[in-house]
Amino acid sequence: MRSPGFEMTFEAAVKSLYRRAYAGNPRTLRRILFRLRLTWLFGLCAVLAHSQVTFERLLNSGKEPQNWLTYSGDYAGRRFSLLDQINAANAHSLTAKWVFQTAATGKLETTPLVADGILYATAQDDRAFALDARTGRPIWLYQHQLPGDIRPCCGRVNRGLAILGDKVFLGTLDAHVIALDTKTGSVIWEVVAADYRVGYSFTVAPLAVKNLVVIGVSGGEYGVRGFIDAYDATTGARKWRFNTVPGPGEAGHETWEGDSWKVGGAPAWNTGTYDAATNQIFWPTGNPSPSNRGAGRAGDNLYSNTLLALDADAGKMNWFFQFTKHDEHDWDATQVPVMIDAGDKHLIAQANRNGFFYVLDRTTGKLISASAYGKTTWSDSKDAEGRPVANSEASPTLAGHTICPGALGTTNFMAPTYDPQTSLFYVTARDQCDIFSTAPQPYEPGHAYYGSAYFPSDEAEPYRGFLKAIDPTTGKIKWTFEHTSPTWSGVLSTAGGLVFSGDAEGNFIAHDAATGKPLWHFQMGGAVYAAPIAFAVDGKEYVAIAAGSAVYAFGLP
Amino acid sequence: MFLAGLISASWLMLSATVAHADDRNPFAGDAKAAKAGEYEFRINCALCHGLGAHGGGRGPDLTRAQKKHVHSDEEMFQVISNGIPGTVMPANGTNGQGVGMTDEEIWQIITYIRSVEVKAAKSTGDAAHGKQLFYGDANCSLCHMIDGKGGRVGPELTGVGGSRTPEAIIDSVRNPSRRLAWGLTEPTKEFPQEYETITVVTADGKEIKGVALNEDNFTVQIMDTSEQIYSLEKDKLRSFEKSRDSIMPAYNKSLLSDKDVEDILAYLTSLGAK
Repeated sequence: MRSPGFEMTFEAAVKSLYRRAYAGNPRTLRRILFRLRLTWLFGLCAVLAHSQVTFERLLNSGKEPQNWLTYSGDYAGRRFSLLDQINAANAHSLTAKWVFQTAATGKLETTPLVADGILYATAQDDRAFALDARTGRPIWLYQHQLPGDIRPCCGRVNRGLAILGDKVFLGTLDAHVIALDTKTGSVIWEVVAADYRVGYSFTVAPLAVKNLVVIGVSGGEYGVRGFIDAYDATTGARKWRFNTVPGPGEAGHETWEGDSWKVGGAPAWNTGTYDAATNQIFWPTGNPSPSNRGAGRAGDNLYSNTLLALDADAGKMNWFFQFTKHDEHDWDATQVPVMIDAGDKHLIAQANRNGFFYVLDRTTGKLISASAYGKTTWSDSKDAEGRPVANSEASPTLAGHTICPGALGTTNFMAPTYDPQTSLFYVTARDQCDIFSTAPQPYEPGHAYYGSAYFPSDEAEPYRGFLKAIDPTTGKIKWTFEHTSPTWSGVLSTAGGLVFSGDAEGNFIAHDAATGKPLWHFQMGGAVYAAPIAFAVDGKEYVAIAAGSAVYAFGLP
Repeated sequence: MFLAGLISASWLMLSATVAHADDRNPFAGDAKAAKAGEYEFRINCALCHGLGAHGGGRGPDLTRAQKKHVHSDEEMFQVISNGIPGTVMPANGTNGQGVGMTDEEIWQIITYIRSVEVKAAKSTGDAAHGKQLFYGDANCSLCHMIDGKGGRVGPELTGVGGSRTPEAIIDSVRNPSRRLAWGLTEPTKEFPQEYETITVVTADGKEIKGVALNEDNFTVQIMDTSEQIYSLEKDKLRSFEKSRDSIMPAYNKSLLSDKDVEDILAYLTSLGAK
């Protein structure tokens, strides 16, 4: 903030300068001074990006709730905003403040970042852009030049950026990591992480920790060998790589049959979380390849479908917890792991794609509880640690048979939220069962490698979609809101007693966090595949979300 | 690195698959390529077209040598690459289920489809009698339109003979509630609207029953049997009920004999083969 004293000093200095230059013509002098003052005042109003986003600021994001500095809003992964100007009492009066059309086609999965009045987001085909967060007007637009022969599995999507210093970081569909200047969108550095031609890509929003850009790879559909990388944010030099499928001589290698580890998958395509107290990054991994055929890769297939606790500086593993061993149903465990502190317990919770809600001790990785939060048929018992284990009927067959949840899971990449005020975990869920079939398939580099197919099962029609509020201490569902059809929307909770979600029919909805009751909605005209955020500019709170081909911001009248 | 001007110029450019329609199928008749195509088919196509390409109720039976939209391999390549506008057939790599396929993989899939094609058995039905039934005693045309003639409450059926399997069509006549027909498909929405039956009582006590044209969490758009369209806000209704019992009566054998169904099928198929 400027101080009056500084302004006086500045004006006094200018006055003295111009007095000397225009001595004898006081009218000209006055005019110049007036213009100068206007420029100075106007300049102050328009200054948005006042300082760089340091690691300190990321660590203490709760001190600046007007900004949204990481994918999940904080390092704990809570997607919770302390802003309460928009609240359960006034949410009914929310109105659209601006809309930004990306002109991109397909699914918008981006979570915007907001730093000091500028909103940074991404769109399909590796577009990135900066908007005036107050007006939605673009400040810069960037699009990465992609080769013509990329084949990302599930849409040409991107889930967002990371910000650190004067750079934002983008992972691309051809497996590059790019640092862009926050003020101009100019490329500062660009590195190639892996060969897109054999199926590697990035869709994830990276996580900036210390001076590192941490990013996990996609490509579980192509039989890649997954990894999590950390790059020096200043130079782009790679500081460490954690291979999610251990090679010969490494612990866990014995959980793979023969050479199956070479094409074992275990991608890491959703953003992890960071615990400064233990300097650990928690990063979840995806399915083993081929996704729906276990024959040929006998064993647990570590570290597929696993939560990894990695030392942030060196990328060394401290502990791991595998949710689904030897998965044959494409149940990536890539959902955001959310750090929750309950009394003196330091927990980490994940609503998993396999239909169970897991709570672990995040210091040790020990399982505390696992409770079904949707329709599951694959497990009816638990092992000694309390982990649900597959029953004899669970494996896919050549002709196919029905298993719940389906391949898309009880939840998927849609971001959950934890509200420390209600102590509830909110997640988008669906009940859908699939017929899983399996068939032998040779591996060919760069070709889809599923070993199977799956089909929606008539037994589960119609597929049902929900927003569920889970009590993490008991695993019990506190309330359920049923959508018209399953949605891919992430959810946001705020100190205003609200949970925001979107539906497949294009509505953005404010729910009462205590009951799930919708208090307000707005029809955005396109299905929601993204997650909402909250931010403030000039002391006014906004909530923003991407839907269809556009980014929307809402506020009070 | 590129200049800002160039980047903003490319901002609006869509990345489209360039289909090499002039190319001949390099794998025509190659059994190995057909096998590779079968893997790709299972991943990318079987969701709608069924395992073995026999049709899944949603997508047409591709084992039929006579196809509605394509004849040559080159046309099939175009359809797989770019989809069929106005239908649920998506462009390569855009359905979010399978993966984007290379040109080579598309040709392999075409080779696979050709390897499982069979000539359709000659229909035994009497298409002329089927048409009489459709517009007459069977009352199909009260709700279904063909070539611009008929009702609007049920799905338009001009193309159904070319896009649904005979088994699926017969099943829809005998047991319309078992698998509701798909209605509106929105570009970014995962599931199409189905022909669900909606019954509401409005705030002033009026009961309206019809088919759902579209629905979201807060509103519903329905058409009643007199083809009136209503826009309704759910929280302003006295009651709202949604049912998966189709508004179409189940045509059992006393209403429509097997022979009559065959004749109607023959009529629908004759249209699809145009």
